Amino acid sequence: MILDILSWILLLAGGALGIVGGIGIYRFPDFYSRLHAAGITDTLCAMLILLGLGLQAGWSIAAFKLALIFAFLFFTSPTASHALANAALHSGLNPKMDRDEAEAKS
Amino acid sequence: MFIAASLAILVTMGLALVRALAGPTTYDRIAAVNMFGTKTVLLIAVLAFLSGRTDLLDIALAYALINFIGVVAALKLVTQGDFHSSNYKESEAERGEQE
Repeated sequence: MILDILSWILLLAGGALGIVGGIGIYRFPDFYSRLHAAGITDTLCAMLILLGLGLQAGWSIAAFKLALIFAFLFFTSPTASHALANAALHSGLNPKMDRDEAEAKS
Repeated sequence: MFIAASLAILVTMGLALVRALAGPTTYDRIAAVNMFGTKTVLLIAVLAFLSGRTDLLDIALAYALINFIGVVAALKLVTQGDFHSSNYKESEAERGEQE
């Protein structure tokens, strides 16, 4: 019973974080802020949802598979974000600054 | 509760897909597709528990690996323009000779 409530909370928190990340990637103004929204929420959203599912699974082979998925996502998600930001910066895509807009206005 | 979680993930996937279609730069699209893939892994995991068939977790595991490799391959294709050389300096030298 307590485990059910706990996994409810974890799953809903994970889903809410996912939606926050989705809104972030949809509404933010430039590439780097979008990557920030997507990259940060991705890892924590995956962690909460997989932990919630793991509480439902109990000690079984399913829990072990969930742990494996979690380990891969935990390492590959920040790596992919870093590779994306690195490639974008090297290709000459500059972050959008406040002072750029101020210069454009003046 | 699994239905609520899968609906939330579906909404997120929809938002990421909109950004992938609208994104002004290629990198925006790749970031959105990366997010879409991660959410697909989570959706498969949740659906495995929703339908009670935990074998589906194997597919989620494979998808997580393929998603990462796919994103890195797409990035390499976009930044270098080819898959030929795994050595970055060599391909830079080739490009210099051509120019």
